[in-house]
Amino acid sequence: MTTHLIESLGNLSDPLCYQEPINIVGENKEILLNELRIMWVIRKAEEKIAEQIISGAIKCPCHLGIGQEAAAVGVSAYLTPNDKVFGAHRSHSHFLALGGTLDSLFAEVLGKVTGCSKGMGGSMHLFDPSIGFHGSVPIVGGSVPIATGAGLAAKLSKKGEVAVSYFGDGAIEEGAVQESLNLASVMKLPVIFVCENNLFSSHLHIELRQPANTTARFAQANLIEHAVIDGNDVVTVRKTAQRAIEHARAGKGPFFIEAVTYRWRGHVGPSEDTDVGVKRGAELSVWRKRDPLSRLALALIQSNMLTEKTHTDIQEEVDSQIKEAWQNALNAPYPELSAILETVYAK
Amino acid sequence: MQNNKTLNYADGILQAFTYLLENHKEVFVFGQGLWSPWYVGSTMKDLDKKFGVERVIDSPVSEVAVTGAAIGASVCGYRPIVVHPRVDFMILAIDQIVSQAAKWSSMFGGQVHPAVTIRGIVNRGGEQGAQHSQALHAWFAHVPGLRVVMPATARDARDLLIASVLCDDPVLYIDDRWLYEWEEEDPGIQLLNLSEVGPHVLKNGNDITIVAASFSTKLAMDAAKTLEEEGISVEVVDLRVINPIHWDVILESVQKTGRLLAVDGGWQSCGLAGEIIAGVMEHVPLAVMKASPKRLTLTNAPAPTSKVLEEIYYTQPSQIISAVKEMIGSKVHV
Ligand SMILES: Cc1ncc(C[n+]2csc(CCOP(=O)(O)OP(=O)(O)O)c2C)c(N)n1
Ligand SMILES: [Mg+2]
Repeated sequence: MTTHLIESLGNLSDPLCYQEPINIVGENKEILLNELRIMWVIRKAEEKIAEQIISGAIKCPCHLGIGQEAAAVGVSAYLTPNDKVFGAHRSHSHFLALGGTLDSLFAEVLGKVTGCSKGMGGSMHLFDPSIGFHGSVPIVGGSVPIATGAGLAAKLSKKGEVAVSYFGDGAIEEGAVQESLNLASVMKLPVIFVCENNLFSSHLHIELRQPANTTARFAQANLIEHAVIDGNDVVTVRKTAQRAIEHARAGKGPFFIEAVTYRWRGHVGPSEDTDVGVKRGAELSVWRKRDPLSRLALALIQSNMLTEKTHTDIQEEVDSQIKEAWQNALNAPYPELSAILETVYAK
Repeated sequence: MQNNKTLNYADGILQAFTYLLENHKEVFVFGQGLWSPWYVGSTMKDLDKKFGVERVIDSPVSEVAVTGAAIGASVCGYRPIVVHPRVDFMILAIDQIVSQAAKWSSMFGGQVHPAVTIRGIVNRGGEQGAQHSQALHAWFAHVPGLRVVMPATARDARDLLIASVLCDDPVLYIDDRWLYEWEEEDPGIQLLNLSEVGPHVLKNGNDITIVAASFSTKLAMDAAKTLEEEGISVEVVDLRVINPIHWDVILESVQKTGRLLAVDGGWQSCGLAGEIIAGVMEHVPLAVMKASPKRLTLTNAPAPTSKVLEEIYYTQPSQIISAVKEMIGSKVHV
């Protein structure tokens, strides 16, 4: 563990850096191609959602993570369905990266009964325990203590399971997160804290909210093993997550990953930079060059693991999957009206 | 368990913890002060020694994380009991209780139920003052998805704690330290299904119904005893579970007596006593009522410290006695 206090993200927050293709030396081609495909699924699913918000079909608030796909895909690589993953308001990527289906995501954002939360949750409340996704909720920081408790359960049951808590740089400002980091550390709980630092909490840049632009300093304060990484490099995220998960499974306590990234759309909804009070258009155009998808695709092409043609094929295949899933969701029924009372208490 | 012995409220709670930890390996307890007699009196004495510090976990001063962690463990197959030594401290965890636990089932389409029990202790008097004396059960009883349990008697203190923990829903179990010495005969543990537990008649009577919960029930019983000696027959209905409320027993009682006095240890505004009166008046025809309903609640102020002020702050049996006499002498206002 480093002994000096991390005070800045350095080049990681400079959009002019980290634009080159990612380093894939020694990496397995199939794994990389699969990661590329899943990132496309996430990107295109969210683009579909954006389009359907504009068309008026989707009414619920949707927080899109376009530009942030690599974090979820890298973190999910070494998780099993027995691990317990929790997300927040911007969790489509977390859900899809674990294997959540497009059908159940689209149906959920449309409020249909075939949705992953039976149409009771919408975009901000996703749930599918069969893939290890135990819930995303939009109270900022709200699911962090709960994920910590899943870590406590994992420790008590001694089966080597881990918990994952996804949250943002805004959430780190919440007391609930501070308490959770302290608790996980003192109790040595197998929790992987994944802070996707996209530099913004709604309209406010991190420099207007915190005395340093890195959140890993809170891990340092709680003596939690941590890594601050390029969150738009799926291989780096995957390797870091592997280290974190092994650490937690081995009973060595929590791990904190700060994955630096940037969201391309506004805080909520489909627009790009119309956040109230925010003028980030110029910066966004530079950040777009740190694209997690094209940086992987280019690396694959340069290493002769991918051709332009195969890349197009992958995208077309994803397009048709999305089209079909959207149609299924449109055709699905709404919940019975009785669901509103029937879901409040256990039977 | 033993037959026809007496049981007090504090021992009832201790017996419940012992029963749960002995018989249910998925139960563990988490909260501040569990390794010290300071915080929780005798209600958890030596549980850490008997069941181990892995299952009886004393925690950092982190109400939010501890409550949330228990919720998290509860959706992973455990039945945790969180202990907040005072309701005042529990307020810090309100997001986890109200926005997370209470809504977890509904938000995810009824596919998951956090089987967590959150124990909040009402601990007041003794000049502790405004931040160490609160009884905020009415806030929590407002929230769909939470079950709020407030035992008055020793048997309920035990049997309803067991039922709360074995219930699949999130339950707020609120006990009152002023009841810890209250005794009753004990036929032994009775296993109850919490969703079926409702108010019951603790004392039969014909002239007036007093509805109360927790320590207010004891006040009502004390007052009823004195009134009985003066020839006034009081029926005392003990609420036991204040959300969701099963109304039948309350309505039947008021139908019979025609008079309703609601007594509550919380404040008046938007409180439990007002809820009881509203719920009754919606269903009992006005013609049945022989007097306007009335409520007795805490004085509308933060808890004072000085003992002379404490005496006027908390409801006394004498106030219940005067209210009953006034109602029996009065007509319904229409
Ligand atoms: C307790 C709470 N406070 C405020 C909000 C409003 N809010 C929703 S998302 C958000 C920004 C959170 O930023 P961050 O954690 O960085 O996540 P990001 O949106 O960047 O993914 C805020 C302030 C909320 N949902 N919950
Ligand atoms: Mg952010």
